[in-house]
Amino acid sequence: MLLAVVVNRAAMALLTLAGVAVVVFVLLRVVPGDPVSMMISPGASAADIAALKAHYGLDQPLLIQFWIWVKGVVAGDFGVSITLHRNVTEVLADRLPATLELAALALVVAVALGGSVAVAGTLMRRSAGEAVIDGLNSIMLAVPDFIWAMALVLLFVVAIPVLPLTGRIDPVLAEGFRTKFYLVESIVTGRFALAGNVLSHMAMPTVALALPLAAVIVRLLKQSLKEAMVQDYVLLARIKGFRELRLVLQEALRNAVGPTLALTGVQFTFLIGGTVIVERIFAYPGIGNLAIDAVINRDFPLIQGLVLLFGFIFILINIGVDITVAALNPRLRHA
Amino acid sequence: MTMPRLAIEALSAVSLRDGNRPILRRVSLVVGTGEVHGLVGESGAGKSTIAKAILGIIPSQVRVTSGRIGFEGRDLLSLSSGELRAVLGRDIALVPQDPSTALNPARRIEAQMTDGLRLKRGFSAAEARRRARALLDEVQIRDPDGVLASYPHQLSGGMRQRVLIAAAFGLEPKLVIADEPTTALDVTVQKQILRLIRALQERHGTSVLFVSHDLGVVAKICDRLTVLYMGKVMEQGSTAEVLTSPRHAYTRALLAANPRYDRPDAGLEPTPPAVVAALRAEIAAFDASAAGAADG
Amino acid sequence: MEYRAPQPATAAVDDARRPPSVAVRLARDPKVVCAGGFILVLIVLALAAPLAAPQDPLAQNLLMATVPPVGFTGAEPGFPLGTDGLGRDVLSRVIYGTRVSLTVAFTAAGLACLIGSLLGLVAGFFGGVGDALISRLVDVWMAFPPVLLSILLIAVIGTGLHSVILAIVVIDWTRFCRVVRTETMGQAQMDYVVAARAIGFARPAILFREILPNIAPVLIALLTLEMGIAVVVEAILSFVGLSVSSDTPTWGGMIAEGRQIVHEAWWVLAAPLAALFATVVAFNQLGDGLARSLDPVLRR
Repeated sequence: MLLAVVVNRAAMALLTLAGVAVVVFVLLRVVPGDPVSMMISPGASAADIAALKAHYGLDQPLLIQFWIWVKGVVAGDFGVSITLHRNVTEVLADRLPATLELAALALVVAVALGGSVAVAGTLMRRSAGEAVIDGLNSIMLAVPDFIWAMALVLLFVVAIPVLPLTGRIDPVLAEGFRTKFYLVESIVTGRFALAGNVLSHMAMPTVALALPLAAVIVRLLKQSLKEAMVQDYVLLARIKGFRELRLVLQEALRNAVGPTLALTGVQFTFLIGGTVIVERIFAYPGIGNLAIDAVINRDFPLIQGLVLLFGFIFILINIGVDITVAALNPRLRHA
Repeated sequence: MTMPRLAIEALSAVSLRDGNRPILRRVSLVVGTGEVHGLVGESGAGKSTIAKAILGIIPSQVRVTSGRIGFEGRDLLSLSSGELRAVLGRDIALVPQDPSTALNPARRIEAQMTDGLRLKRGFSAAEARRRARALLDEVQIRDPDGVLASYPHQLSGGMRQRVLIAAAFGLEPKLVIADEPTTALDVTVQKQILRLIRALQERHGTSVLFVSHDLGVVAKICDRLTVLYMGKVMEQGSTAEVLTSPRHAYTRALLAANPRYDRPDAGLEPTPPAVVAALRAEIAAFDASAAGAADG
Repeated sequence: MEYRAPQPATAAVDDARRPPSVAVRLARDPKVVCAGGFILVLIVLALAAPLAAPQDPLAQNLLMATVPPVGFTGAEPGFPLGTDGLGRDVLSRVIYGTRVSLTVAFTAAGLACLIGSLLGLVAGFFGGVGDALISRLVDVWMAFPPVLLSILLIAVIGTGLHSVILAIVVIDWTRFCRVVRTETMGQAQMDYVVAARAIGFARPAILFREILPNIAPVLIALLTLEMGIAVVVEAILSFVGLSVSSDTPTWGGMIAEGRQIVHEAWWVLAAPLAALFATVVAFNQLGDGLARSLDPVLRR
């Protein structure tokens, strides 16, 4: 049954997440470099260092530290960020909406773009047009979001200066929000000019993240569509007199989406991972940007919180993909 | 003499892959209004090619070299794809061979039965649904609402074929091409399906081109026959004539080779070598004269 | 029975119909030729950098800072692609940057391939407990987001070229392991392996003499792709400041710097970006072309 499969997968994933958390916890403390050494000024005495370490609980045995942390996690307390001096939960809740909006928008753009090109390529199959699409797509599959981001900067900040380089919104306008979901809130409350401003800041990071995913979608979906188009039921529909585009959308697409979905889901987790560098490039205040600083500064509580958060997001994505694949397959729904 | 529904005149086709090997050799046949016309022949005789030519789905490695397919006063071969698309579905429909692959596994039966009606006859969703229900009644499906809500994998092969037949006739076309519609079914189900097709055909006055390799099947349902061998028409006439007093050696050989369930003792007779040789000679002579006519 | 006009009797098998050798096949594929050629040029540039570069990549000249490339007003001869914020020649730094990128590409990808393939071969061929352990390990490993993991690793191990290589190997060996394991399992079931076992060949011998050559095409293609990925990872790590010291020219480092001064001197970003783009695409297309030309099944 569908529910059983999902629960099973979720349990496995949570176990893996727990394992990852343990590994990261241990790794951070075992290998040289700790937050205290990142913070102290050169002239600090040994006593000062020891006091700081005790302050952050870093002088305790490993197991004790772990136990304290786990107790906190179970109760919903992820500790206090050493560099930001705030609750880790607070920091994450503050920054997560920005990344969620970015990832969601990138997903929408990737699906729309990738889907359209895949359909176009299917309509043009066995013609020169398809060869062009395949060739371009082949190159696009090679290029990571990092390169796209930089290229977009050159294009829209230098060559045709129309987009802002950094941030999420013009600082002046940042005051009027109740939630941290700037884009959603501004659209929902009808403040479209404000939404436009947010979008102009999101445009480049979104496109940079979306293009690699779109390229993967084009390759997978086009392949599945072409396989579906030679099936008998498409032939019968053609004999009923339907046009080519209608055949692709009405008959082939729903059969082609399933095989595409699983690998697209995997690729989407890469997109989430990509926010780490893309947010950095555009100084976009999300959790990705947070991660780099946290790691460089060895902010243990923050790093651990981020690892758990990213892991949790990946689990959700995988479950979401599993559910969608099952939902789309009539054989699984009505056995 | 009423105008025939379908008039194929001297249709010839070659296979481009095999160095222009002839697939159809000046085939002519006529299907009248309300007539069930059987197109009989062994595998590779060219029956499917004729059906595909009518429907405009000839594969790219086959080329029609001459001939005409007259339908409603127009030559189907000369129509543009747009014009052909207008004819298909409205005036010509297909009952396909394999019910397990001819239905889209991801769409409900209702959608697959009503989309043609809505596109070609301008039905509204509600009208189309009523019509589909009525059609399922006609093909004697017991739970039409249930079937409409189902997906293909939830139905048996026989039921799927009934759905396909209902869908084909439901469009009220002038011509239905039935491409070996009983081949993929159990023998027990075959008879029912044949009776169904006949009943629908009589009720709607549709002409049917019934393609089959099985003389026994064809005997039950067809008014007239065309016997095809290696793309050439060997014999044509009313079913009764062709089967009881066949004029061509091939037809006789075909009849003899058919297992007769009512005469289980009668053995199967393989085609005598003399007949095979004579057939080969006939084909060769045809090809030679066709080549000569082309050169001359 | 099909009637067919008699064919003219054919002579002995035509020489031209024997399958062409590997070298010929590779030479015929446009992707392999173009991409491979480009990478050869890069290798030459890296090796002959002192000869190819017009200037000393480390020489700072604050009087000549942010000079635009040739073709724009204010350009200086001798600095074809302009200079950066410290007056260093961009072209020379890009050329020297190939050294770091290619070193990382070949070393990291090679090591990841070696380790991953060995484990994959073992898992796929011998199966059992070893396979279960290795597969589990791979699954858990792949649950980490790659970028985060690499940054974490470097922050933990420390910066430097060795760290970058190590980080890439540690993260990407799983890619090779999975593919090789699947391929090996597929090959191990084939008739020729069963036959070899029946004749009495020892398992390791079969592994290396029979299965490995059949897996080689996939492996080579994957290796080439991995090189492209390694170049990008190095650039990203340089960008974040976690690669080699900032004096040594790297494309990522130049990109980071270029981004900071993008309004004043866009060429400092554009030049290394173009080099990176071309290199990544070249490795990718080479991998594609190799996969197609070397695979006896795909080839038509």
